[in-house]
Amino acid sequence: MLMFVLRRIGVMILTAIALTFIVFYMTNLPPNLEKLAKSEASVRMDDDAVASWLERNGYGGSVFVRYGEWLGVMPGWTLTDEDGTTRGRCIAEGTDPAAAPTFCGLLQGNWGFSTVFKQPVTEVLARSLGATGWLMLWVMIVMVPSSLLLGVLSGMREGSRTDRVLSTFAITTTATPEYVSGVILIALLASATAGISPILADAGWISGKTLFPGTATSAMDDITFWNFFLPVMTIALYGIGYIARMTRASMTEVMTQQYIRTARLKGVGFRQVVMRHALRNALIAPFTVIMLQFPWLLNGVVIVETLFNYKGFGWTLVQAAGNNDIDTLLACSVVAVFVVLVTQLISDIGYVFLNPRIRLA
Amino acid sequence: MDDALSWGSIFLRIAAQLLPVWVALIATFALSMQFKRRLGLYGRIFDSPVGMTGFGLVMFWVFTAIFANWIITHDPLAQLSGMKNIAPGAPLADPAEGAYPYYLLGGDHLARDVFSRMIMGAREVLKIAPAATVIAFMVGITLGLPAGYLGGKLDTTISFLSNLVLAFPVILLFYLLVTPEIRVTGIPIVLAAILFIFPVIFLVILFNSRFFTTPAKRNLYVGLTLLFGLWAYSGLAFNADPFGVWSMDPNMLNVFVSVVFVNSPGVFRIVRGMVMDIKTRDYVAAGQTRGEGPWYIMLWEILPNARGPLIVDFCLRIGYTTILLGTLGFFGLGVTPESPDWGSTINYGRRLLAIAPHPAVVPAFALMSLVLGLNLLADGLREESMKD
Amino acid sequence: MSDTTWDPSKPILEIENLSISFFTRLREIPAVMDFSCTVMPGEAMGLVGESGCGKSTVALAVMRYLGKNGRITGGSIRFKGRDLTNMDDEELRKIRGSEIAMIYQEPMASLNPAMKIGAQLAEVPMIHQGMSKQDAWKLARQIVADVRLPDPDRIINAYPHQLSGGQQQRIVIAMALMSKPALLILDEPTTALDVTVEAGIVDLVKDLGEKYGTSMLFISHNLGLVLDVCDRLCVMYSGEAVETGNVEEVFDKMRHPYTQALFRSIPLPGADKNARPLVAIPGNFPLPHERPKGCNFGPRCDYFIEGRCNAQDVAMVPVPGDDRHETRCLRSTEIDWHAPLAAAKVTEKTEVGRVVLKLDDLKKYYSVSGSAFGGGVGKVVKANETLTFEAREGETLAIVGESGCGKSTFAKVLMGLETATSGQIMLFDENVQNTPIQMRDTGTISKLQMVFQNPFDTLNPSMTVGRQIIRALEIFQYGNSDEERQARMLELLDLVKLPRAFADRMPRQLSGGQKQRVGIARAFAGGAKVVVADEPVSALDVSVQAAVTDLLMDIQRKNKTTLLFISHDLSIVRYLSDRVMVMYLGHVVEMGTTEQVFQPPYHPYTEALLSAVPIADTRVQKQRIVLEGDIPSAVNPPPGCPFQTRCRWKSRVAGGLCESEVPPVRMLEGGHQIKCHLPDDVLASMEPVIKIAAE
Repeated sequence: MLMFVLRRIGVMILTAIALTFIVFYMTNLPPNLEKLAKSEASVRMDDDAVASWLERNGYGGSVFVRYGEWLGVMPGWTLTDEDGTTRGRCIAEGTDPAAAPTFCGLLQGNWGFSTVFKQPVTEVLARSLGATGWLMLWVMIVMVPSSLLLGVLSGMREGSRTDRVLSTFAITTTATPEYVSGVILIALLASATAGISPILADAGWISGKTLFPGTATSAMDDITFWNFFLPVMTIALYGIGYIARMTRASMTEVMTQQYIRTARLKGVGFRQVVMRHALRNALIAPFTVIMLQFPWLLNGVVIVETLFNYKGFGWTLVQAAGNNDIDTLLACSVVAVFVVLVTQLISDIGYVFLNPRIRLA
Repeated sequence: MDDALSWGSIFLRIAAQLLPVWVALIATFALSMQFKRRLGLYGRIFDSPVGMTGFGLVMFWVFTAIFANWIITHDPLAQLSGMKNIAPGAPLADPAEGAYPYYLLGGDHLARDVFSRMIMGAREVLKIAPAATVIAFMVGITLGLPAGYLGGKLDTTISFLSNLVLAFPVILLFYLLVTPEIRVTGIPIVLAAILFIFPVIFLVILFNSRFFTTPAKRNLYVGLTLLFGLWAYSGLAFNADPFGVWSMDPNMLNVFVSVVFVNSPGVFRIVRGMVMDIKTRDYVAAGQTRGEGPWYIMLWEILPNARGPLIVDFCLRIGYTTILLGTLGFFGLGVTPESPDWGSTINYGRRLLAIAPHPAVVPAFALMSLVLGLNLLADGLREESMKD
Repeated sequence: MSDTTWDPSKPILEIENLSISFFTRLREIPAVMDFSCTVMPGEAMGLVGESGCGKSTVALAVMRYLGKNGRITGGSIRFKGRDLTNMDDEELRKIRGSEIAMIYQEPMASLNPAMKIGAQLAEVPMIHQGMSKQDAWKLARQIVADVRLPDPDRIINAYPHQLSGGQQQRIVIAMALMSKPALLILDEPTTALDVTVEAGIVDLVKDLGEKYGTSMLFISHNLGLVLDVCDRLCVMYSGEAVETGNVEEVFDKMRHPYTQALFRSIPLPGADKNARPLVAIPGNFPLPHERPKGCNFGPRCDYFIEGRCNAQDVAMVPVPGDDRHETRCLRSTEIDWHAPLAAAKVTEKTEVGRVVLKLDDLKKYYSVSGSAFGGGVGKVVKANETLTFEAREGETLAIVGESGCGKSTFAKVLMGLETATSGQIMLFDENVQNTPIQMRDTGTISKLQMVFQNPFDTLNPSMTVGRQIIRALEIFQYGNSDEERQARMLELLDLVKLPRAFADRMPRQLSGGQKQRVGIARAFAGGAKVVVADEPVSALDVSVQAAVTDLLMDIQRKNKTTLLFISHDLSIVRYLSDRVMVMYLGHVVEMGTTEQVFQPPYHPYTEALLSAVPIADTRVQKQRIVLEGDIPSAVNPPPGCPFQTRCRWKSRVAGGLCESEVPPVRMLEGGHQIKCHLPDDVLASMEPVIKIAAE
């Protein structure tokens, strides 16, 4: 078991290094750097000026060296200007170059400085991850129980009326990406001119113009049912359909297994068969699916935060990517990759624990 | 100036505009129902209500895309004065001679006809999604077969690479891959050069492994494949077709390549898994014991028997690709601002949701119905292919 | 409750005129028609028939578990006098598991993989008797000991996958016995198990039946097994009971042509491929919706009379003079049941020619990683140890052994799918032990071919039959044009006695036997001289087995082919092979001519194997030798003699030699080889396991 975890962690680290390097390479492509130089120094620089600006600010070396510096496994660059002042990656402005550390990268906690938010990236990340954490938490609270329930109910008796209705619902929500469901939900519940809000407003049942607000910006300070319902539902809907379908498939398969027949012919009642014999076996597959849903949930988060203007992780990522904020984008990628890999690891280990067949095999 | 249309007459007029689609749909269904017993798996779709609904929805959009020029009421790029964010069914403020007198589904923020843009948007999606999925399948199959069949280091390497791509959040990948800056570096062309060669490799191995026993036939098939394949390849990947028949807009190439890149690892995983299962069958051993080469066994003994799940996945994956294309449009990546594609239309429309929801809601429903159709079709196919 | 009024002298189970149909979208498919049978208390009733005859459907109908599409369309099933067909779910639930219990074919699939054995067992009395959890677990432990499983405390806390197949089946039996049911239904309980394990299970079932006085409904396709276990039997054909009666009476005085044909098509002792060949039943099993009018067996029956047998439905008639012996044949009193087999074609024994295959000290080891997640220490599986033998032209050499004995690995090495670890394989005049199949030339490949076990797997489901044979011809570089190959393909179809129209069919349109014939045609496409047949008939029904075996023999005679016949079925091996090689855990434990191997002195394993094979002949008296435990894993073989853990003769070898040293190969007279430490006098004192009583 320990060997297994260690091996998985080894592969995970390798994957993380490969992925961060790709991101580093892609964000540090010459055109991006050129844009950075022009936005930081002067828009009207010619090519030579750009090159020398990049040279002077540590963007000159090979991409591997710069990746190493960023990661914190290579000494940060230092340069001595003509006027004798020494600047460098690890030398904060106005401090003594001699006292500065040699390494200052990701591993040393130096995640860089955001050009968009004008703050250290760590602060930007901390704030936005906190906001997104709440969103994800509520999404999970809504999504996991309801999708499992839906899946089990419809998979329990394949082909029944309940199954047909629930399956249709599930297949419809999986066909609705967040930017579609979000738009439809807003139009339906949060538009002053369409959906049910005008009707409710006319009847005097709601005080404002719309039932729900069209943005979730206020949830940054104070989460309420009203400002959080729409974003949470938008993300959860797609996931509910997807996980419910997986659960249903798994459940229908389990229900045709011979051990279910054995249990039935032992005289176990249908409800007991489902609860005691089918459920545990049927939930193994959805568990992995829920965990592997994280990359997709991350997508949902980006779309929904953009759509509802909720300044979390996804919103930050979009801002960073749209404004060539290299350090922030890199940091976002590291977090995203980390989240994905950790959930994969949990999913693998959890699978082993849920499935006695492969434990200690 | 006329009054605005009621919802009833809006729907009637839309239905009338879609006349060529209805005709084509009825013809397709009538013919297919007639001969369904002789059409194999395709015919069996018509035994399942779910499959039939899905097929109907998909074909509706396919025919809409084909007949789009006849269906649209206005030029999707034309901006008519006075029609900005106007409600559905509104008459033209200043009708030109012979122009269609209404904006059936209203106008958008630039006073363009939402209905016509939605119709043309179908064409944008269906131009890319199926083709990209086909290429992704060729890549996934060509890599998945040897990984599953031969295993070993090859499998470890390819699986690691595909897991890399799968571990990337799609949006992040798009933000890195689909930007004007990246086009300057030539990375999309490199990717295209790698990805687009796979169909050619696939077909060459396919024919060679089967016909190497009769060289004349082999030379003919392989020769033709190389001729046409490399011709198309030169045009699509490098824009260097000497006759100028094959070419692709760099913007579109960028989008296309990214979508293929994101989809291939998924196909790879499925193919690999199926191969590992099928390779234990006795007919594979029979092939081995009569001295067949590995590629013959992979392509002619294993692949045809994996077709059921692959067809189902193909349908689902076109839907997924459609969603991805919408995502790209939603973030304004790789599309020109005036493009009528559904994703970017939703993006522009969403900002005005509070006052005029229709510019965003109309393409939203269009996209949803197409993906729903593909999912239902896949479900129907899965159900039917399991009945035997 | 009504069961208090049940009189124990009345039948415990009474099925009357039962009809069951399955409903699909297209049509109603009748699975069982007009089926009647009676089981008395303490009686064991056998249901025998080929696959698709409806025997399992009857069993599930008794449990009222026919799935969504199955329905009882007529008749009644009375259990202790109460009609099961009109009980509601709650009443059924009370009967299932407590009064009627079932034992299934695949023990692994029948146990819940995520529940401990104890919990699965304890559930039964907890549901039915409302027993407390502690008491139920205590009872479970006791029953586990009753089914003779070692270390019951460990086992009730284990998960199913931690047990071997034989142990799992004992657990399923234990589960059925938890609330002492009045009726036990056994649906092919040993089909998935090895013969020596099967013998143990059969013994257990018989003993428990006596101990608890349980009535049994025993479903099997194996007549020998039914003879072992049952008092009465009912032979089914195509959804109908065709003959029923006492086991002895039916076996010795059969009164239905199908029963007779069935017995003639199975290799009983005395059958011989040259002098007394098997008689296959002509034609095919009718599909449920294509059953003929009148007698279902009519089209395949030797005694068929046009206009009479196919005029109207045939009813069961009693056979005069016997106890409840009935048959569904109009002509049962007219036919001369003792007439000798008419046209049994007798053939000459084939001449054995030069040596074509010679193995010398062949070894094949695999290294496997220690655990499922890699890591751990790699272990070596010794799949084949020191294989030495030769095979001659026109000879049939049988390789016998149970699962894990290394026979399939040997086939792989020979075919070139794997290369040998050490030793030599001489094929014709070529050393091939290190030549993988990719490196062999077309000539060598086409001369050495293979016939596979599973008919449903042997043909590519998405290619026509003709195309698959032509592909083999293409690969073997036969002919110069497509036309020549087409013509040859049709000839090959003739050779395996299939209609030429089959060339355009897809494999799914063929029956199992027909697919196996195509497999044979494909193997002989390049004029194979050595054919490895890996259990070619074990997945087929008995009546088809005879025909396919016959075909193989025919082609062998014609082509002077060397046949390496891999099998676990000693009956068929005795019938068709010239020489026999017995393998156990990778070792050849005994080798010799068929007579030598089937007569003492035996290797102790051969002795047990012979005793374990059920024989459907009332004249045969067997010495009962039941092996303890299971076959050890090849990953972790016992030290010394591989068979020492289960050998009943071990005590006769001095000095614990068996546990420390692998025995040497000993040559007895006539080239008979045995790998055993037993001294000569002990070997000489061995008695024959099978004796045929004089008539």
